[in-house]
Amino acid sequence: MNLLLVLPIVIPLASAAVSMLVWRSRRTQRAIAVAASLGLLASAIVLLVSVRRVGMIVTEIGSWPAPFGIVLVADLLSALMILVSAIIVVATIIYSLTSIDARHERFGYYPLIMLLMMGVNGAFLTGDIFNLYVWFEVMLISSFVLMVLGAEREQIESGIKYVTLNLASSAFFLTGVGILYAVTGALNMADIARSLPNVTQPALVQAISVIFLVAFGIKAAVFPLFFWLPASYHTPPAAVSAIFAGLLTKVGVYALIRVFTLLFVQDPEFTHRLILVIAGLTMITGVLGAVAQNEFRRILSFHIISQIGYMIMGLGIFTRLALAASIFYVLHHIIVKANLFFVSGIVHRIRGTYDLKRLGGIQTLSPMLSLLFLVPAMSLAGVPPLSGFFAKLGLIRAGISAEEYLIVAAAVVTGFFTLFSMTKIWNEAFWKPAPEPRELPEWRGAARAMMVPVGALALLTILIGLGSGWLFSVSLEASDQILDQALYLRTVLP
Amino acid sequence: MSSLILRTAARYLMPLLLLFSIFTLLRGHNLPGGGFTGGLLAATAFALYIFAWDAAAAKKAVRIDPHFLIGTGLLIALGSGFVGMFSGGAFLTGVWGSIGSSEEKTAIGTPLFFDIGVYLVVIGASLMILLSLTEQEEKE
Amino acid sequence: MSTLLPIVIGVLYATALYMMLRRSLVKLIIGLALLGQASNLLIFVAAAGRGLVRGGPPIIAEGETVAASTIADPVPQALILTAIVIGFGVLAFALALFHRTYKAVGTDDLDAFTTTEEA
Repeated sequence: MNLLLVLPIVIPLASAAVSMLVWRSRRTQRAIAVAASLGLLASAIVLLVSVRRVGMIVTEIGSWPAPFGIVLVADLLSALMILVSAIIVVATIIYSLTSIDARHERFGYYPLIMLLMMGVNGAFLTGDIFNLYVWFEVMLISSFVLMVLGAEREQIESGIKYVTLNLASSAFFLTGVGILYAVTGALNMADIARSLPNVTQPALVQAISVIFLVAFGIKAAVFPLFFWLPASYHTPPAAVSAIFAGLLTKVGVYALIRVFTLLFVQDPEFTHRLILVIAGLTMITGVLGAVAQNEFRRILSFHIISQIGYMIMGLGIFTRLALAASIFYVLHHIIVKANLFFVSGIVHRIRGTYDLKRLGGIQTLSPMLSLLFLVPAMSLAGVPPLSGFFAKLGLIRAGISAEEYLIVAAAVVTGFFTLFSMTKIWNEAFWKPAPEPRELPEWRGAARAMMVPVGALALLTILIGLGSGWLFSVSLEASDQILDQALYLRTVLP
Repeated sequence: MSSLILRTAARYLMPLLLLFSIFTLLRGHNLPGGGFTGGLLAATAFALYIFAWDAAAAKKAVRIDPHFLIGTGLLIALGSGFVGMFSGGAFLTGVWGSIGSSEEKTAIGTPLFFDIGVYLVVIGASLMILLSLTEQEEKE
Repeated sequence: MSTLLPIVIGVLYATALYMMLRRSLVKLIIGLALLGQASNLLIFVAAAGRGLVRGGPPIIAEGETVAASTIADPVPQALILTAIVIGFGVLAFALALFHRTYKAVGTDDLDAFTTTEEA
């Protein structure tokens, strides 16, 4: 049991360490990365199965008893997130094998991806608020380097924006942790949850909750804190943008869900109402921003923002059904969004540009790729019977049963605009005849290899759509678990 | 920058700094000190070397590739975590034994090895930053 | 101390934000560094009831289970130490990045950083 909880952190760390030892051999580094990502996937599956079988698993690092030491806690939500990130990292590594150039590899591309995964998994597993800060920093530092690796002028400029806003967010987070410790005298999240109701200054707790909302809001790219995202996600290589788009903002969303279901639940009339308003605004601004764009990856970037709105909409409504729908949405979105970025990379490999005005005719060049684009694109827009439809349906049903009609309307409108955007990409990049018949040499072999992970993720999207009943029932279990605060306290602090 | 005074001083200071860094590393056992401070001190020694000579000379003086230092350090720290785990505790649980005769026993445990791992990682990482920055500077 | 430190924190935050809002890249990084320091000091002071004790090391004598006198809470100091170490790493990276940026863009005027917004 102990081992299961540390493996998602130890496997990436060990593989990064071994890669450092064989720094000169790119081939060995690749092999290590493939093996490590597969190991991560296996350990994630075992973790999920055991969490479903025996319930929450806790381990006290260094055997220091709970409120004093750091604990790792895996509940169903954490286990699901770890599994889906493991799927993404396997896909990313396989995609990178043919798409990442030698220069990137020489600068330690694979160890960096692994360190990023260590941060992501650590953030999902930790039960200690300060430890969460540390994992966020691990994740951020690796992502900083991945963002600017290659050092194109665009990348460096976007790096500045990304680094600055994320550092500001970290400072907010740290400030919040400090005040929270001053108020409760605890860092263990269960311990904080236990002592927060006894705090006699509700206004102070409210202020802390807003500090956390801002800190995680910047990471999750919610309105009005999202400006770093569309300014940076379209500059690194496609594999890097895909893993960023799939995972990084979702760690912010996970942190929001965790903190606002476990810690700050004293005053949902204020906090969760605020989150709901932000959710609506995030959806609308994100999708409207996308309409104005003409660059493949920038459109996708703006859609990440609008989708984040959906994810925190469930948190804002704050019912069992809504949270389950949110969790379902996050899981579906990670796979679909990463996949769309993968597709954009293949299109770039064929045509050498991301500019929609100069793209076209992919449909005749590679019908297979066109099909593989349509699956995640239509899923993102919420076309049945794909995964996105059920995710949106769950949220809308939850919204209606909670009588939050305004946000439901916003969600529906955003869905239509998303469909419009995806159709626009389809028309411009795939359907219309190419304005300039430029093809990069030897793209067929590379594209075929890159399409393997894309196809696998597309298949997964269809499977999630077909098995949506099952996944939704798992999400419901997860949401029951995170809403049952007493269970968390009992498990972590025996 | 090539100053005779700096070079002469560096020649004597470097071994002292390195010794002091190991002293700090081991002192971290029960007193202020430890792997991080020790590692930074050792990195300072090499930084002094870089200032007195240049990046290439410092590289030769270190002999080991900084990446290798980082990798080894990480593995040592990780390994020390697993020792606790396989002897029945949780990950990173301290396991203690002792060396020396019965009159002068010294406790020695996995936290020491964790610290040695940190020490190597800090040296490696600082060296990597220093070397790549100076190399770039020298190129221009 | 308990009135002076909050003022220092306020000044640090204000200076950090002012620096970050200037157009210069160099001032931006000074601002970021100050912002981290402001948070660190805030943690130190916010835990004042627990942390600001003069001459009370948190060591419990051998054979006893509670401390004999008031002791300083070591946790905020541990937090700050960790945050400083992380801040050191991040700032070292940011400095290297800013140096590269200056080379690539040729100016430290942040208003010239518009390539990512085009297209």
